[in-house]
Formats: sequence, C-alpha cells, structure tokens
Amino acid sequence: MADRIVIDPVTRIEGHAKITVQLDADGRPTEARFHVTEFRGFEKMYEGRPFWEMPAITARVCGICPVSHLTASAKAGDQILAVRVPPAAVKLRRLATWAQVLQSHALSFFHLSSPDLLLGMDSDPARRNIFGLIAENPDLARAGIRLRQFGQRIIAALGGQKIHPAWVVPGGVRHALPVEEREWVRERLPEAKQTTLTAIGLFKGLMEKFRAETEVFGKFPTMHLGLVAADGSWETYDGAMRFCDADGTTVAEVAPARYQEFIAEKAESWSFVKSTYFKPRGPAGVYRVGPLARLNVCDRMGTPLADREFIEFRGLGREATNASFLFHYARLIEILCSVEKIEQHLDDPDLQSAHVRAEAGVNSPEGVGCCEAPRGILFHHYKVTDDGLIRSANLLIATAQNNLAMNRTVTQIAKHYITGRDVPEGILNRLEAGIRAFDPCLSCSTHAAGQMPLHVELVGPDGEVVSSLRRG
Amino acid sequence: MSAVTLTINDRLVTAAAGETVLAAARAAGIDVPTLCYVDGLSAHGGCRLCLVEVGAGGRLQPACFMPVAEGMVVRTDTDRLAEYRRMIVELLFAEGNHVCSVCVANGNCELQDAAAATGMDHERFEYTYPKRAVDASHDRFGIDHNRCVLCTRCVRACDELEGAHTWDVAGRGAGAKVVTDLNQPWGESPTCTSCGKCFMACPTGAIFRKGSTVAETDHGRDRLQFLVAAREKKQWIV
Repeated sequence: MADRIVIDPVTRIEGHAKITVQLDADGRPTEARFHVTEFRGFEKMYEGRPFWEMPAITARVCGICPVSHLTASAKAGDQILAVRVPPAAVKLRRLATWAQVLQSHALSFFHLSSPDLLLGMDSDPARRNIFGLIAENPDLARAGIRLRQFGQRIIAALGGQKIHPAWVVPGGVRHALPVEEREWVRERLPEAKQTTLTAIGLFKGLMEKFRAETEVFGKFPTMHLGLVAADGSWETYDGAMRFCDADGTTVAEVAPARYQEFIAEKAESWSFVKSTYFKPRGPAGVYRVGPLARLNVCDRMGTPLADREFIEFRGLGREATNASFLFHYARLIEILCSVEKIEQHLDDPDLQSAHVRAEAGVNSPEGVGCCEAPRGILFHHYKVTDDGLIRSANLLIATAQNNLAMNRTVTQIAKHYITGRDVPEGILNRLEAGIRAFDPCLSCSTHAAGQMPLHVELVGPDGEVVSSLRRG
Repeated sequence: MSAVTLTINDRLVTAAAGETVLAAARAAGIDVPTLCYVDGLSAHGGCRLCLVEVGAGGRLQPACFMPVAEGMVVRTDTDRLAEYRRMIVELLFAEGNHVCSVCVANGNCELQDAAAATGMDHERFEYTYPKRAVDASHDRFGIDHNRCVLCTRCVRACDELEGAHTWDVAGRGAGAKVVTDLNQPWGESPTCTSCGKCFMACPTGAIFRKGSTVAETDHGRDRLQFLVAAREKKQWIV
C-alpha cells in the first residue's frame, strides 16, 4: 500500500506552504512536492489601474521585500515614461536595494534558519525558533535582530516607513536621504559589519558539522541566473541578466527586457506558484536564482571584504557551490557586500540631491522592470493604454524561478532520510530546512516564527489517514 | 437683517435669519461633520453626515440646508447621531472600492478623516465591489470612479466657481456617476478649461493629478477657499 507524508504548514518561511512525500508500498519515498497553497491573483487586480500607482500597489505583494517590488515596478514605469532617471535617484534606489537585501537576509539567517543551524536539526521543536536562540545565545540573537533593524531603518529613512514605503516611483524617487539619517547609518555601520563577519565565521565553523546536510539539501547541478554589472560584478539594481551553467560557463547574457525569450513559465495543478525554466533547453532547463545563483554568475563582489569571502566561497569548487545549503553562506556574503556598499556610497553628495524625479507622460506602451530581490531576480512587465492604464501585467518572482529546484530538493532529502513509515520529527524538519535554505517568499504576510503547528499525515492511496503526527 | 436665537447642545446661539444651522453652529464653535458641503459652494445635502436633531422629537435634518428659526432646539452630538454618521460612512465605503493603503489620497482624504472621526474601526456592511472605470484621458487629471462618493463637489466647483459646468451627474441610484459633458472621455471635453478646481474640491482620491503615486495627493483646498473669498468678498488673502 502506498502512503503519503504531508507537512502542512511548512514553518519558518515567508508564507504558507506544505510538503507532501509520496511513499511506495515498501514505505520508500518516490517523489516529494512543495505546494504553495495560497492564491492571490495580483496580476488580474492590476488591470485598469494607472501605472503610476503600481509601485505602491505591487509592494503590497510582500511585507518582507516591498522595496524590490517598488523598484521593479518603478523601473517598468521608467520605461513607459521613456525618461532617463536622474543619476541621484539611481543612487538612492541602489541604496534602498542594498538595505533591502541586508534586512531580508538578516531575517532569513538569524530569525528563520539559525535555530536549525545553531540549536540543531533534531533539537526540541518547541525551542527551535528565534526564542530558543535568544535563550541559548542572547548576544548573537540581539546582534542579528539589530542587523535587520539597521537595514529597516535605512529603508524607513528613505521611504518614510519600513514596510511598503511608496517612495520609489516611475521616473525616480520622491525625495533624498535626510542628513541626520545618514549620520545614524554611519554610526551603526561598524556594528553591522562586525555582526556579519561574526555570522560568516560562525557559518564556516558549522560547515563541517552539516556536511551530510550539505550533500543532500538540494545538491545537484543546475543553471543559475542573476544580474551582473557591466564589469561582471555582483549587482542588485541594474545590469544584464546572466545565465550560467552548473560549471560556471556563461550560457546567455542579455538585457532583462528580453526575459521572455529565455524564461518560460508553466503552471502546475498542485501549486499556486508557477515553475519556470530556461526556455532554450525546455523543462529540463532548471535554474536557480537568489544569493547562491548571484554568487555563481558574478565574477566578483566589488567590495574588499566581500571579495575575500567570495574567493573563499568559489574556492570550494563549482560542484560545491551547486549545493542549495550554501544559500546561507551566499546570503551572509551578500549582507557583507551590502554593508560595504552602503559604507562606500554614504558620503556621496547626490544622496541629498533635489533632482531625483523625472516627469513625463505615457511615451511607450510597454515596460519591463527588473531588479534583484533578496530571494532572486524579479521582473515586472506591464502593457498600458495610451492613457497609462494597465492592460496586462506579468510578475515573475524569485520563488517561481526556484520552484523546480525546491521540488528536487525536497525529493532529494526525502529519498535520503526517509526509509519507512516511521519518520522522526527531526527528519521532517530537514525537509523544511531544505526549503528554508531557499528562503522562499510565498507572498503572504509574516507570521510568528516557529509558532505554527506542524501537521504530518500518512495518507493511504484511498485517502484514508494511516497515522497522524502533530507538532507545536 | 434680523437676528434669531436658538439652542444648540443646550447653548444659546445667535444667528442671522436665513442662515443655516450648520453656519450658526460653526460660528459658535460647535463642530458638525460634513463631507459634501464646501464653504462658498451651494449646499447639496447629499452625504447626510451633517444630520442634526431638531425639536423635542429629535427630527433628523441636514444642518447644511436647515434654516435657523427663533427658539429652535438643536442637538448635534447624540448617540443616535453618532451611530447614524458612522453608518453613513460605512455605507460609503461599502458602496465604492476604497482601499486607503494604495490610494493616491491616503492621508489627505476627507472620507478617511470622516471614518476616523466617526470611530469607524471596521465595516459592518458587505462590500459591493462595483465594477467601475478609471478615465485617464485628460492631460493633467484623471478620475477614478471607484473612489467617487457622488458628493458633487466637482460639479458645483466647476459650475459655480469656474463657470464651465463640465461636470454633472448621470444615471440613477447605484448606477449614478459623475460625467464630463455628454458622458464622453474627459480628455475629449470641449468645455473643460483644465483649471483643476474639481481636483481641489474632490474630498477623496477620485479626481487625481496624473502622475500621482500613492499617498501623494495634496488637493490644495486652501486655494479653493482663496478663490471663494476673492470672488465673494473681493478679498485676496493668502
């Protein structure tokens, strides 16, 4: 008799999802799937709205990375206006994207994933959360929370509020960075840098302990996709989209506006998230996006400390850097790079410029905006009427682009650890942790970390629940 | 002009004969909430937010229309009025598609202010989610009918201040909407002077400046009051 294991909901991720593991008659897993169970229908809602309103409306997709949606949306708007965005506005937008990467990654690492890494995959699930971390290592937990605060405060300084600041607009931004806020950032920079370096040291120290997990938490060769600057360095705001193969060979490097030539989307009956693949290779063209992918596609980071870590990271070899467990490592290097970039650009007088917004009417019927969200490359594609009302909108988000890889990851973990119907809790947590490495954002509101119950059911082929396990 | 004395909320108030209860109350420093009323434009009596209780039986009357009378007894602050006013605002929200968080007028909206003032902390009526359009055909302004509460302030400002009478109301009941000229796209209006007074008069984000992003609207209502004072009193005070 074939059974099915269901993990619902998956905890410590952004949004609601479940995992199912299909077992064969001998209790061995045949396939595992990652299901996103919430339907939101944003693209349809946008139709008929003026494109000027789109940045703030689309930012509501997500409370974790609203800046990324604002930026991609405003960049699509820039193209509809057909203006050149003032250089000062570009610098301010870049500053916001670094703060966004920093705060989101800090949340992923410290709040969501470090309980697995520091308390252990098999530790008591009641304590395996941010509160358990606070009890175990209060200094580290505090530092992590303050690191996220650092990024959030920069976003608030620019946009007026931490979440959903309607500050990035078609043609530029609404206003410059106030001087007093700049000084606050300057004061907190050394602490942010130190916390990041500590975390990187900590993670590298743990890599030996998690050798087994590294091998099976989504370690397989795939392509990678990310933005790169004109000089090939790490990029979050602009540049070309570069696809590289698992061995690092560049397969394509093109303007993001051509994304539809290279990325195909398909819908699955069992998930509300679409799956994407590299179009020229068909559905076999699985690629990953996000921190790991960005560090696989770029030639260098572009800041001294981050480059040092980058060389070490890439020194692990291309086989190693295809392990999804190293998303965590890449994430920390990106935080470091963001801190350094903020430091390098903080004294640019353009950040206080009065010329931050270009205004125009509707000069182009279509626009594609692209930037790197913390979780991976993000596209907003709008078609508008002559009056600037949205005719159609397509949002291509990171989690959809990682979907095929996430499904392979849970399958790989299930096949490695599950040997029969009796599955220990720690193994189920590993399935979740495999997903957490990708830090998927399922575009729902946040909920208290580690507080939701985990419900696992073994279901027979006739739908009958064979056994049930509840955690939380 | 003869004076009359009336009682508002147990206070004796003196007003000029022919004045409205609203004017008398406000002159006495008694606040009566309004939405469709604008100083200097004719009264419309459409929103019913300014309802007051008149006489011993507490008959409900719109203060913006009700003329004062000698010995009149008025209450503006009863529990019943508070409940009705809140209900009126809830009905306005349920009737249109008002989403403050992504509205150009967020933070600068009289409907939002009315909701806060009447203590509307949730909606008790089912939203009707009407399918309404946005007209962005005008060079400088757009109208989002989703956010229109049919207060007709734009209609009166255009007619009485600008003199163009581009705006009017078409349709009946739930199908009523403000239109430009003969219900044609605003951008094709032969009468609109693009003066922007309708935008200044609009209490919500229904009439918006094109290019406005969320929470970015400043209606510049003080300029409307400047125009009214200039026109009626020949006073150009800024």
